[in-house]
Amino acid sequence: MGLGAKPGGKQQRAREDASDLVKWARNNRRAITSTLFLIVMLIGFTLANPDVFTQFKTYRSVMIVLPVSMFLVVPLVFVVTAGEIDLSFPSVVGLASYAFATIVDQGGDPLIGIIAALLVGAALGYLNAILVVRIGLSALVATLGMNFFLRGLINIIVEGFSIAIPEIRGTFIHSLMTDDPIKIVDHLGIPNQMLWALAFTALGVFLYNRHSFGVRVHCVGDNPESAAEMGIDVNRTRTLVFVFTGIGAALAGIFSVMINFVWWPTTGDGLLLPVLAGIFVGGTPAWGGVGTVFGGTIGTSIVAFIETGVIAAGLTGFFTQFFYGLIIILSLIFQRFNGGRMR
Amino acid sequence: MQEKQKTDTSDYIIELRDVTKSFGNVNAVDGISFGVRPGEVVGLIGDNGAGKSTLIKILSGVHPPDSGQIIVRGDEVRHWNAARSRDAGIETVYQDRALAPQQTITRNIFMGREIKNRFGVIKVRTQYEEANRLMRDIGFTSKVFDPDSPVATLSGGERQGVAIARALYFDADLIVLDEPTTALSLVETAKVFGFVQNVRDRGRSIIFIGHNIYHVYDIADRFVVLDRGKVVMTADKAEIESAEVLMKHMQDIAEMAYAEAAEI
Repeated sequence: MGLGAKPGGKQQRAREDASDLVKWARNNRRAITSTLFLIVMLIGFTLANPDVFTQFKTYRSVMIVLPVSMFLVVPLVFVVTAGEIDLSFPSVVGLASYAFATIVDQGGDPLIGIIAALLVGAALGYLNAILVVRIGLSALVATLGMNFFLRGLINIIVEGFSIAIPEIRGTFIHSLMTDDPIKIVDHLGIPNQMLWALAFTALGVFLYNRHSFGVRVHCVGDNPESAAEMGIDVNRTRTLVFVFTGIGAALAGIFSVMINFVWWPTTGDGLLLPVLAGIFVGGTPAWGGVGTVFGGTIGTSIVAFIETGVIAAGLTGFFTQFFYGLIIILSLIFQRFNGGRMR
Repeated sequence: MQEKQKTDTSDYIIELRDVTKSFGNVNAVDGISFGVRPGEVVGLIGDNGAGKSTLIKILSGVHPPDSGQIIVRGDEVRHWNAARSRDAGIETVYQDRALAPQQTITRNIFMGREIKNRFGVIKVRTQYEEANRLMRDIGFTSKVFDPDSPVATLSGGERQGVAIARALYFDADLIVLDEPTTALSLVETAKVFGFVQNVRDRGRSIIFIGHNIYHVYDIADRFVVLDRGKVVMTADKAEIESAEVLMKHMQDIAEMAYAEAAEI
């Protein structure tokens, strides 16, 4: 740009700015599409029930649990961009948060619990990487198997018992990381967990676009042979995305237990489909090489608001799944306008 | 004209000694010794399946050799891989161009070798400007694309331009061109030749792999002929009067191969 610009000429300058904007829009079209879709959907819900959707507390109630999905969708966008998939995250959430809840329940320091959970998450992510990257199993099948295997392991260990940790309420770490749900009803605030999830998303966006790790993830997912020829350690990059997902799942699990004060043997189970849908609804295509972390967060938000919207619109809970499906398919059709895979 | 033994090998940029590589029970490279001196253009020729591409991928670190030594400027290097090869000053323009089509031109130029700080944060602005400068250097003046355009929007010749620009950018001591003129127009082919001349004038070395004997004859200082995983002939250009003579040698080699096959 700068090199070719002739001196003076306000018009020329303005045109360059315009083309920069156009370029920005083109480069971020997938995230823009999902954001517009979220806005349109919320407008639709607001028209259906203005009372509910003009109140901040509606949004706040979604923001209490939405962060759990955000910690998952960010690393999963890396996984899908790298041309892989990880379906084991619900059970990794369960097992990592089991470590956290057990340590807190036994009177351990919550910080130790957090570190333990992160280690469990990272180790399970690494285990996935061994199966997929080293042994060469299909990521789809291997991580699906891991999901069942780890959930089974949880069931064998706890035999159906849950762990309640009410003692965490009032601790420094708890009030730093989450807000007491009873307290938030009193004041108009964004729950702390949402701020942490936003910070995590920002970190993810930065890593994805500006850090050599994220850029290599793009190259590996786009064309692994080329990436290897250019000296990128393809296996290392693939391993790192699985470990990253394990860490994200651990964070999701820690927050889930902190928000609910209870660890259940099913913790994480319900996240599989909504989070998975969020990745693709957000604008990351399934074929690898491109994607959007910000869009992924928007995608999970879309999914999170569907249930609230359906109930608020006066429909019964029986409609929820129907609208899940409808909205997911509609948003994917919109993403289709951003073009197929370029070769 | 038969295989010449050079006793002094210390001036080689890179040397392969008795390197082998097999895939299953196919000996793609079957004991090849081969080196490149500074400033020379080596034409690597041979029929399909002679082992040219495998040899190149050993040189560039994509395939680890099964046995043999790799010596860079007199020192043996162990655990040879693509990153080490690039660190040693070898840039390869692969036949498949080694591009990631959905990524921007800038990202492709710096693939595997990003300009970044010590925390791994990429200097996006610097990369963009360097890519822009490089595109002008190699004569990309199109307004249709810029360094932020995805490579998928480029033509075959333009993609080859990006692959070559990348090799040029890192100021390599040795540039390997694997079938660089395949699927290029006459004008684009001429550009590639101009590029080879340019690189040699700067005292860099080139390995040029081609099917077209006339192209290779015009461009190379020395010829290395492969057949079924072995070096069957090396010759300086002074020893070969014309492309036709080189072609004749190639035909002899092919006939010998047929004769041997017939005996079996």
